[in-house]
Amino acid sequence: MMSAILKNRERFLALVIVVLVLAVGFITPDFLSFTSLVGTFNDTSILMILAMGQMLVILTRCIDLSVAANVALTGMAVGMINAAFPGVPIPLLMLFALVMGAVLGAINGFFVWIVGVPAIVVTLGTMSIYRGSVFLLSDGAWVNAHQMSESFIDLPRQVVLGLPMMSWIAIAIVALLFFASRHWRSGRDFFTAGGDPTAAFYTGVNVGKVQFKAFVVSGTLAGLCGYLWVSRFAVAYVDVANGFELQVVAACVIGGISIMGGIGTVIGCALGALFLGVINNALPVIGVSPFWQMAISGAVIIIAVIANSSAERREGRIILRSAVTARGAQKVEAA
Amino acid sequence: MITNSAVLSLRDVSKVFPGVKALDNVKLDLYPGEVTALVGENGAGKSTLVKTLTGIYQPDGGELYWKGEPVDISDPEVALQLGITAIHQETVLFGELSVTENIFAGNYLTRGPLRRLDWPAMHQRSREILADIDAPLDPKAQLKGLSIGQKHMVAIARALSVDAQVVILDEPTAALSHHEIEELYGIVERLKKSGKAILFISHKFDEIFTIADRYVVYRDGNFVGEGLISNVNEAELVEMMVARSVSETFPKQTVSIGEPVMTVSNLNHPTEFADINFEVRAGEILGFYGLVGSGRTEIMQALYGLSKAATGDVRIDGKTTQIRSPADAIADGLVYVPEERQQQGAILDLPIFQNISLPQLSKLNPKGVLNEQREYELARAYGERLKVKTSSWDQKVANLSGGNQQKVVIGKWLATQPKVIILDEPTKGIDIGSKAAVHRFMSELVEDGLAVIMVSSELPEVLGMADRIMVMHEGLMVREFSREDATAEAVVAAATGGLAA
Amino acid sequence: MENTMTQSAVPNRLSGNWRHYLLRWETFLLLVAALVFLFNSFASPYFLDPWNLSDATFNFTEKAIIALPMAMLIICREIDLSVASIIALASVSMGLAAEAGMGTGSLVAIAIAVGVACGLFNGLVVTGFGIPSIVVTIGTMSLYRGITYVILGDGAFTDYPSEFAYFGQGYVYWVFSFEFVLFLGLALVFYVLLHHTNFGRRTYAIGNNPTAALYSGIKVNKHKLILFVLVGALSGLASVLLTSRLGSTRPSIAFAWELNIVTMVVLGGVSILGGAGSILGVVIAVFLMGLVTFGLGLLNVPGIVMSIIIGAMLISVISIPVLLGRWRAMRERQS
Repeated sequence: MMSAILKNRERFLALVIVVLVLAVGFITPDFLSFTSLVGTFNDTSILMILAMGQMLVILTRCIDLSVAANVALTGMAVGMINAAFPGVPIPLLMLFALVMGAVLGAINGFFVWIVGVPAIVVTLGTMSIYRGSVFLLSDGAWVNAHQMSESFIDLPRQVVLGLPMMSWIAIAIVALLFFASRHWRSGRDFFTAGGDPTAAFYTGVNVGKVQFKAFVVSGTLAGLCGYLWVSRFAVAYVDVANGFELQVVAACVIGGISIMGGIGTVIGCALGALFLGVINNALPVIGVSPFWQMAISGAVIIIAVIANSSAERREGRIILRSAVTARGAQKVEAA
Repeated sequence: MITNSAVLSLRDVSKVFPGVKALDNVKLDLYPGEVTALVGENGAGKSTLVKTLTGIYQPDGGELYWKGEPVDISDPEVALQLGITAIHQETVLFGELSVTENIFAGNYLTRGPLRRLDWPAMHQRSREILADIDAPLDPKAQLKGLSIGQKHMVAIARALSVDAQVVILDEPTAALSHHEIEELYGIVERLKKSGKAILFISHKFDEIFTIADRYVVYRDGNFVGEGLISNVNEAELVEMMVARSVSETFPKQTVSIGEPVMTVSNLNHPTEFADINFEVRAGEILGFYGLVGSGRTEIMQALYGLSKAATGDVRIDGKTTQIRSPADAIADGLVYVPEERQQQGAILDLPIFQNISLPQLSKLNPKGVLNEQREYELARAYGERLKVKTSSWDQKVANLSGGNQQKVVIGKWLATQPKVIILDEPTKGIDIGSKAAVHRFMSELVEDGLAVIMVSSELPEVLGMADRIMVMHEGLMVREFSREDATAEAVVAAATGGLAA
Repeated sequence: MENTMTQSAVPNRLSGNWRHYLLRWETFLLLVAALVFLFNSFASPYFLDPWNLSDATFNFTEKAIIALPMAMLIICREIDLSVASIIALASVSMGLAAEAGMGTGSLVAIAIAVGVACGLFNGLVVTGFGIPSIVVTIGTMSLYRGITYVILGDGAFTDYPSEFAYFGQGYVYWVFSFEFVLFLGLALVFYVLLHHTNFGRRTYAIGNNPTAALYSGIKVNKHKLILFVLVGALSGLASVLLTSRLGSTRPSIAFAWELNIVTMVVLGGVSILGGAGSILGVVIAVFLMGLVTFGLGLLNVPGIVMSIIIGAMLISVISIPVLLGRWRAMRERQS
């Protein structure tokens, strides 16, 4: 029983999160109030959405370090548009953010797919290009709350059925990816392309194209988060979400997404984000300085990749008949 | 020119790789309801042909006709849509995914306007296909937990899941046991009856004469001949394959066999092999024969210090040795020439002389500072002894032909002056000329008093070169033959799990 | 007959091919560097002043010192993204030690020891668990930097002994600063290490084909561990120089330097996929980047825009050879 929970990343994470929440609640009962729990979830929404995109990228054996810079650049763009033309309807602005994010993601994907540059190099480069572009775009100036229209700031805050809009957006995206990852060919392609690129090619999957798609999705979601971030914090400046890409990668790794590609689940990834969100929100509650945040996420990344690597350890070929029968019982849940 | 009834025809197809003409104006016709055997040695171009037919490679010249119409198989998806399916030599499957998904990946069953994947239907269908080929695997089982034979059955099921008109079987029996091979013959018969055209690739003549209707022979990427199998006998096929008579193939020399050099007792591994005991003597070639995936390579890697989980007792020259890494093995006088020359043997982008000096840099340059002159001397000594063909000793190994690459790898190991040398599939994928050179060279090695362990899947090579033959089956040593007792039939029977008489 | 002829005539190497030298990446870099130099000297009358040039070297020597071992690590198919965080952690350690009244010698020893420890930790996690160094060092980048934040919060150490200032501010002779001379000396050491020792040869062998290198009796994991330690040690040394030059330690010290350092290495012709590259190339690339930065500074271009240029350089130096190679292959096929 216990070992089954430890082996299954989703169950294990869910258990850890519950224990963590209860432990913090034990010290500070207020943490367990409905408002506080909803607040914690809502604070995690952006991380969760970005982790979904990053998950697809990592599944295909790449990494997207430019997401946070993408958030800052699209966020600044929509913020400035809103400040200059308050009349532009918010849905149109959101569409703009999605398209702009997608284009920035497609630039990464282009270099990875068509030119064949390693993803780490491309996104390390675009990370600083996009971040620098925020400065070029804004000339270093801030877009502040008073320059933004009311509807621009309100949308993520609207409460529907007890949850803020932003939480619903995150839930919808997780649900969509959950469905796609099990029930659509385009979702399965991320697993086959990353699981074994040669085998994927033999079965007619264009691995480079799938990687391109992953970057476009990651970029699109980053664009959406650009709007969400700027409207939620009601400010846009050059350093928005600086270093946030590390949190996003951490969420994926904690959620059991293998950096070697092809392994991981949507729920695991969402729980990985939630785990970090709970820690980030719990620290101030129990009186720990927020300066601990960075060190903790670093430590957690390392612990998680070590845990992942021992779970994925290749066992070589299984040749002995006794070994075959002993292992015959393992099943796959996803399919 | 195109025969009316051929479903797939190739005319003048060529494929060139840097330095090699893998296919040179070859032709091929496949007829519905017939099995065509493609016969040829390693390096004849068989695998390249399969990859061309399945859209993995694009030919550099020539035409493909599908039912008389020219086609362009531009990627694997096109091949699948035409109805060409293949069981590849190396099983290309997804370890992390389920059996069902491995069968249907790229060709999923869907339902509804949203094209939702229909998992229940796919599980059901794969259960049926697997039952059909008598491989009762759980469709939901994760592939990486299966044995190599079971994985191969999944690959076969995958090929059968497509409603194909052309089925390509590329050395399908290499990893199958006796029982599974019988089962495969049954499947081929059924495919024939349902009117499918089958391309059967093998270099085992008993198989070819059992199931094929036609034959096509390639040699060094060239088309050599074709015809009905009933009009040909084995000797004629062999002659077409190698263009010389078989008797002169193996330059085996009688060498007086000395004391045991290496003794292995009680070598075990939790999942790969068990209870391995053998010794090898000076001047002896010990052959290890078995199916692909019978544990031979795993044993050799364990001896070479590459497997942490293995336990056992190894003595070299009577002294118990603790081999924890290849560095230890080399220090003890044991070297391993791996099967995958390009991945494990040579460092392709380094020059020849740097490859040869690599295992003994510390010996050559005890102060740690490189002395290229000494490296060149070493490379020249062994390169000339092995007759490596090159324009200079600072050529990149990548620029050499396969046979010459293999010579550099062997030279690298000989230069360390070992006591025991393990050759894992030493002639895999090299041309006939180099093959003979490697065999001649093995004879020279034992004359010099080395102990040689030769792992090979090629029965003629094992029968022709080995003084003793150990036969492996499913990770166990099932039988030992002396050179005199070893007959092709008995060795194959033991290796495929048949009755070990 | 012909066979024996060629056998006896095989030379060690083919006689010098001038095209081979002319077409090298290093030659190209040198040419570009010369052009930038010319451009700069025309663009500004202040450029050719020896003291101005000497000042300009301070912008890159600390990074360049880390680029030397980083080049070897990347040739060996690994990477260390935590170097800037190691600088920060080493700097904070020196700050703590200085506060405790330790002398200059101890400070230097502490910084290098911290660097060694950090590099050792990176290397142990990478080699011990077989995890890609990209993820491990993304984790430790966050961990090491996080620890500096935990220790310093938003404070700073400014109390360093007066003789400590020599490392980052002193001159050995005329305009030649201690930093610059140290860099040139280290470049020579690393040139010998990579190109003229067993250790260097093994680095190339591992980078080209780790499996074959292992099979050839090279202790691959130990070798990588040594390189990680080397990178850590020189990051500690760079921390001494930087801290001494600034005279203070803040947690954000050397922030995002890893990008600059990796760019220097890649621009120098080191293959990000491992196995190829030279110290000479890296040294030329260091000067080229220094010249570009100096030139942009003369034109009053702000720092963040510089990061756009560095990011673009990183992507283009990898893309251009790929695209050129493809173009050449296409032309060959046509002819």
